[in-house]
Amino acid sequence: MSKNLVGNHIRKLRFEYNEMTQQQLADKVGVTRQTIVALEKGNYSPSLELAFRIAQAFSLHLEEVFFYGEQTRKEEDGG
Amino acid sequence: MTYQEKKSIVSIISAILIFVSFSAYKYVRYPAEGMEQTEMFHYWGSFVLVLTLVSIFAHIVISIIFNIVFRITTGEKEPNFADELDKQIELKSHRNGFFIFILGFLLAMGSLVIEQPVQVMFVILIVSGFISDVAGSVTKLYHYRRGV
Repeated sequence: MSKNLVGNHIRKLRFEYNEMTQQQLADKVGVTRQTIVALEKGNYSPSLELAFRIAQAFSLHLEEVFFYGEQTRKEEDGG
Repeated sequence: MTYQEKKSIVSIISAILIFVSFSAYKYVRYPAEGMEQTEMFHYWGSFVLVLTLVSIFAHIVISIIFNIVFRITTGEKEPNFADELDKQIELKSHRNGFFIFILGFLLAMGSLVIEQPVQVMFVILIVSGFISDVAGSVTKLYHYRRGV
């Protein structure tokens, strides 16, 4: 399977955002909890529409939640 | 393990159980040698039709039982809608399932071309239908575990 190059800060943002649970975020953006789990693990690149809905849920811009590229992912993984 | 992963595993196991038990049930009822062609077509036609109906019914019953057991054991409610990830995985599962069935169909036609008995064609068709069903569930399990 090709490596997913779209990463995100969802897990970090959930905790900064009143320790929101995965289920609460899922309900807010209209997906199942499983999809939020897959997104946080980096196993799924969301559609543009879902990406915007997630960014809106945190009242942030798209680029503040999602990033693209191997380099940025390494930085994210390294903390 | 998530609801979808568990459901895919239950689906694989139930598909195997249904197919093996139904085939065993029909095998002992296979008409004796020297039957007429119409009798043979009737046998295989009823095999496919009844297997389809039994599979649909059994899958529905197993799905209901699975949901009840899932609620009792986890205290969670199963997702009541399919989101974009579910739909994407569903599409991949259908693609792989159809691909395998088409291969089986072509193989079955090939068996007629090389003048194999008609029974061989029916067996290949039925087995490819079964394998495509299992392949669809395996695809779902794979993508729910490893991502899309």
